[in-house]
Order: sequence, then structure tokens, then C-alpha cells
Amino acid sequence: MSDAASLANLADTLFTLTILAYSLASIAFAAEFAFSPSGRKVLVAPDAAEIPAQRPGFSARVGQVAIGITVLAAALHGTVLLLRGLAAQRIPLGNMFELATAVSFVGVAGFLYLAIRTPRLRGIGLFVTLPVTVAMVLIGLFLYAESGPLVAALRSRWLLVHVTTVSIGFGAFFTSGIVSALFLVRSRFEEAGGAADGVRSRIAYRLPNSEILDRAAHRLVIFGFPIFTFAVIAGAVWAESAWGRFWGWDPKETWAFIAWIVYAAYLHARATAGWKGRAAAWINVGGLVVMVFNLLYVNLVSSGLHSYAGIN
Amino acid sequence: MSVSTEVRLPSADGQDARGPRPPWRLRLVRGARGWWRWLTSMRTALILLFLLALAAVPGSLLPQRPLSQTAVAQYFVDHPTLAPVLDRLGLFDVFAAPWFAAIYLLLFISLIGCLVPRTWGHIRSLRSEAPRAPSRLSRLPRYADIATELGAEQALDIAEEELRVARYRVLRKDGAISAEKGLLKETGNIVFHLALLALLISLAVGKLWGYEGSVLVQEGQGFCNTFQQYDTYSAGPLVEGGDLSPLCVDLEDFQARYEPDLTPASFTGDITYSTTLGGPDQQARIGINSPLRVGGTRLYLTGRGFAPIFTVTLPDGTELADLSAPFLPTDPSTMISEGVLKLLDLGADRDQLALEGVFLPTAADMGSGLLTSVDPRPLDPAVAIVVYAGTVGLDSGIPQNVFTLDQDRIRRGQLERVGAANLRPGDSLDLPDGTAITFTGFKEFAALQMHRDPAQLAVLISALAMLAGLLATLLVRRRRVFVRPGVRVLEMGGLAQGGSADPAEFEHVVRRIRGALAQERRGP
Repeated sequence: MSDAASLANLADTLFTLTILAYSLASIAFAAEFAFSPSGRKVLVAPDAAEIPAQRPGFSARVGQVAIGITVLAAALHGTVLLLRGLAAQRIPLGNMFELATAVSFVGVAGFLYLAIRTPRLRGIGLFVTLPVTVAMVLIGLFLYAESGPLVAALRSRWLLVHVTTVSIGFGAFFTSGIVSALFLVRSRFEEAGGAADGVRSRIAYRLPNSEILDRAAHRLVIFGFPIFTFAVIAGAVWAESAWGRFWGWDPKETWAFIAWIVYAAYLHARATAGWKGRAAAWINVGGLVVMVFNLLYVNLVSSGLHSYAGIN
Repeated sequence: MSVSTEVRLPSADGQDARGPRPPWRLRLVRGARGWWRWLTSMRTALILLFLLALAAVPGSLLPQRPLSQTAVAQYFVDHPTLAPVLDRLGLFDVFAAPWFAAIYLLLFISLIGCLVPRTWGHIRSLRSEAPRAPSRLSRLPRYADIATELGAEQALDIAEEELRVARYRVLRKDGAISAEKGLLKETGNIVFHLALLALLISLAVGKLWGYEGSVLVQEGQGFCNTFQQYDTYSAGPLVEGGDLSPLCVDLEDFQARYEPDLTPASFTGDITYSTTLGGPDQQARIGINSPLRVGGTRLYLTGRGFAPIFTVTLPDGTELADLSAPFLPTDPSTMISEGVLKLLDLGADRDQLALEGVFLPTAADMGSGLLTSVDPRPLDPAVAIVVYAGTVGLDSGIPQNVFTLDQDRIRRGQLERVGAANLRPGDSLDLPDGTAITFTGFKEFAALQMHRDPAQLAVLISALAMLAGLLATLLVRRRRVFVRPGVRVLEMGGLAQGGSADPAEFEHVVRRIRGALAQERRGP
């Protein structure tokens, strides 16, 4: 077996291990959730969610383990990309499998950054690792493409610039969208006075308070939006030398435009009276839907110039 | 919102309905002002933003004329009742539709209305001094006091010095300091939006004065940059034929390279070109991702294909050699290509001929005489042709697709099928009237596109200015620090725009000033 093929095989094995590690992290985060004190026993205001932090019991230790496993999983995840790159002697962003793998990696990295900066955000770990686990399984099942050389159209320096920045921006939007969805759950709980009845309320009770969630989601968009803007500009520069025009309303371009508008609207809404809070959070969730649609629908269903999925 | 009710009910602002109606001119001004306020409110801008995003959606879900005429035609065939309705709404060319333009023009008017007062306000605040310190600093979001034995003036001197070093702009008045930092945030905001306007204007300029033309060129052939020589072209309304820069191009050689697993590795065309009529020829190699740039004109290699070559021998022995037509690839992975060779002038009393066929670069028999191609490279070429005789109808004046035959003519009997065969190079097909058609080989052709957009550099600069403005407005925070001496104490308060001041930043300033005060006491 050639070196390239064995590297690619190793990448495939590590991909499976990565999924396993994210599943373990999800179980650990779920355990932290289950063992943390429930809101039913103490009748308190929503701010009391900060109380568990003062009692570092069993659940807190489980939470630390969960973060540890997530870091390990992310390291495996990054290694998959590294090996794919080494196997094909190019940057590992040449088809949809590699792109989606990279986006989920950035998403997890974004979460880890938040969790380390603001320890209370560790509480959302389950809602990051679980979707990432599911996404990775789906990526492995439906988007898998053998490691191989790039098609002629992708052999350009701009691939590195354009696709790397798209992945980073998308990854930040991914985690931000999840945080905003959790904000929506939590803020309703707070508005209702913090009564802990029903599954939703019991989940909401253990989430960080809505102000922290709102700020985290915003911070991620502030990080992702300029990078995504740059990615679109780099894409336009590349399109100018590849397709003869910098913008031509190709389906991928159209949806990038829509996504850009939605995130611009989010940033404006968050600074506008009457829109900040829940309305802005809904816009952010909508932005994530647009990004995912742009990845899946435009590559797999519609026919355009960005048909590099590598799936037949 | 209160503004919109004001629009609908002009009498709401103090005018009693029973009182005399204000003169029409006043009502008009008031109404217009109300509309203007509505249009320039952030809420309206947000709604317009959403409308713009929503309006773009059909542009990706429905086939679009500028992208693919054939896809639109197919949609008309598939949805005969719905398509004309969608067409009337402009949904097959969304980004040129009047309602799409209406949304973004409203948005930009709204933006200008918002931006002009903001720009003046910002210029004024850049010129004016920082605001006076409030009397009770302890009410600000951030507050600290530093005990000091120094006199008030001396302590303020030190604080002022430290704030200046930390790049605050400082105002010292009435025994207190106001310091401000981060005006770049608003500058960035304004730059971003102004650059957005510049981007739109550059796009419009490019659309008005830009053009593009495409042409299929076989190896050994060429073309010049005039509209007559393009297969298809589109030009902005302000472009005139004489504006096209003089450029003639000959395609010398075309090469396609593949990886061992048949992934396309590169497509290149070796060209010679001259920029003056009959001027010196220059050599260049163009390919995917590497166009030729001459002045503001760019030449792209956008596609390729094969053109089979035939020799037709008429019954009287006349030989017509080197007849070929480009066949369009239907599948890039095997390069199976379809096309038609139309032979119109075979002699005064002879029928015209049309060869409809499929070109297979590496032919393989699927059994029962059906051929397919198993490789995109021309390793073992073959053609499968059907020959028709009659009147092809090119002289009827109705434009025809050069790659297909008019099927109506076959149905009406104007074209009659006279033979069919699979041919390898050198093979011949003999027609009933004694004509022989020989497949002699193939040439490769390249699809070339000429583009000119006089404003694309302006678009790029605008986009980069937007990015710079965006970074400034997102990353910079505007904040203020106030310092006021008390009894043996220096009071400090801090606040930031859009929320409480960053505690770390404020603490940092406090620590610096405390350190400087302590040092000053020890120093002399």
C-alpha cells in the first residue's frame, strides 16, 4: 500500500474514533446535566443557576471530564484533516466531506474557546457535542469522498484563502446559532419567572443565564462575520480569474449573499430597540439555517459552478 | 412604531381634527417628512434587508436566463401554465427585475438618509471636546477611587499624562478630566456604509460599460474582438461596437491533461494575439484559473470539446475535405459529445446534407452496435452519425441552433434520413446516391470568453474598504473615563457605549494611574 493510501486509511480510522470521542463527550455532558441540582428542589429566581458553581460536587467534576474528552475529540478531529491533507498533498478542503469536517471542527473549537473564557458556558457543551456527533455521522455516511487529487478548476492559490475562511466563518456561525437557540429556550424560561416544570424548563434551568448566552452568540458572529465577508470577497476575486466575472448569481453566490444579509441584519437588530433579544436570536438561528442550506442544497441538488462535492 | 402612525394620521401631531385643515403644502411637507423618517428608520432598513434576502431566493431556485437559457426553456416545457406567469413577474431574471431594483434602491436611499446626519454628527463629535465629567462619578457603571497624598492639580496632571499615553483624547476643565477613546468605531461604521454605496455605484458602472462575448475556436483558427465574431455576447447599454479594444487571437494548440484516476489536471490553450491590426504577434498560454489580461480586457478559457473532421466525396468525384463542426460535450467525465455538421452548398442541383452525430473519444461497444465512451481522452475515437438529405433551412432566414437539427423539418419530410453508421477514423459511409462520407479524424476546440468590466477594480477597493470599516466598527469599543479629585483621593468613573464598560480595560487604566501616583510620591 502506498504512503498516500495508508495515510488516507488512517484518516478514515481516526474519523471513526473522532465520532466515538464526541459521543463519549456527549454522554459525559449529559451526565453532568443529569446530576446537577435540579430547579425543582429549590424555589429560586433564575439567577440562582449560578449556585451549582459554588458547589463543585460530582456533576462539576463530570463536566470537567466532558471538557477534557471534547478537547481530545477536537484534537483527533484536527488530525483527520491534517492526514487528509498529507495523503493528497494539498489542503484538505477539496470536497464536501473535507469542508463539512472542517466546519464542524471550527464549531467545536469555537465552543472550547468560549468554555475556557467563560466557564459557565461549559453548561452548553451537550448542545454542541451532540449535534456535532450527529453531523459527523451524517458526513461520514452521506458526504464521504475518497482522498484524491483536486480537479483542475480548484488548482489555485485562492482555494486556500477562500475555502479556509469560509470554513472558519461557517464554524463560528454554527456554534453561534446553537447558542442563540439555547438563548431562546433560556430567555422564555426567565420570562416565565423560572418555574422548573416540564423537560424544557428543566433544561433551561441548567443553562447559563440569557445575558451570557446572548453575549456569547454575538461574540461568535462578530468573529465570524468579517471572516465570512473576507471569504466572499476572496471568492469573488477567484471567480474573476476562474469564471470571467467576480459575481454572477451562481446559486452558491446567491445563498452566500442571502447569508451575508441575514448576518448583517442580526448585527443591526442586536443594536436596535425592539429587536434586540429574542428577535435578533431568531435571525441568528435563521442565518445558520441559510448556511446549512447553502452547503447541502446548493452542492447536492442544484446545478451551479460550485459543484465540487465529489459525490456521484 | 410611532413614526408610521404619524404618516397615516398627520393630524395626530397636535392638529385637532375639528380645527381648520392645514394648507396642502404644509400637509405635503409633513407627510413627506413622515415618510422620510419612516424610510430612514432602522426598523425599515431591517425589513428592507430581509426583503432583499427573500427576493434573492427565487434567483437560485428557479432557472435564470443569464445563467442558462436552455434551463429556462426546459422549465417552460415542463410547466406550460406556470412559466408564463413567473416570466411576467420577472422570476427568470430576478436580479434584473424592477422589483429587485426597487428593494435595493429603497434600501440605499434609506441608508443615505441614515448616513448623512450620522456622518455630520460624527465629524462634529470628532471636532468637539469630550463631554464634561458628571458630578457623581460613583453612579457610572465603573467606579474606583485611589487614595493619594498629592495635591489635586498634581494628581490630575499625572492622571492626564497616563490617559494620554493610553491614547485617550483628554479634556481637562473645571478641575476634572474627561477622556474618550474609540471614536474609530463610528468612523468604521460610516466607512463601511459609504463603501457599500461606492460598491453599488461601481457595480452599476460595470454593468453600463462592460461587455462579454464567447466564441468556440478550433485549433488553428482565431477571432477578433468584434461583436460580429462572437457566438453570443452581451454588452452594457452604453457600450458601442467601436469601444471594443482591438485584440485578435489565434488558438495554436489545446491540451487537456488528466491524473491517473482521470481527474482533470489542467486545460491549457497556447495562443498568439495582437493588440493592433496586423501588429506584432505575442505568445501566451491561458488556462483554467489563468486568463490573459491585456489592458482592461481579459480572455478566458472556459470550456473545450472535440470537432470531428469529415471528407465528403460527391458521386462525380468532387472531394470536399476538412469539413468539421464543434460537438458539445454532454458528460465531462467521458467527453461524449453531440453535434451537427451542416453541408449547405454541395452544388446547384444537389440536396443539402446534415450529419447528426455523437463523438466518442474512447469508444466502446455496448453491444448491438451502440457506442459509448469510457475515457475523456481521445484514445480510440469514433463517431456514430445519422445523415439527412433535403433542405437544412439555414437560408430561410430563421436563426437556428448550430448544435442541433430542426426536428420539425425531419417530421415534415424536408429532411430525409439517408444513412447511418458508426465510423472509426478512415471508415466511410456510402449514401444511396453514391456520395461517400469519410471520418478522417478530429480537432480540439476551446470555448473562449472575452470580458471587460471597467469598474471591477473599484468594486474590489470598495469591498476591501467595507471590510476595513467592518473590522473597526466590530472590534473597537467607544468608552469614556472621568477623573475628579476628592479629599486625599482621586475618583475615577468609566462607561462604554452599548453596555457597561469592559471591566478589564477600566481596571487597567486605574492600575496605571495608581502606579504613577505612587511612584510620583516616592520619586522626589
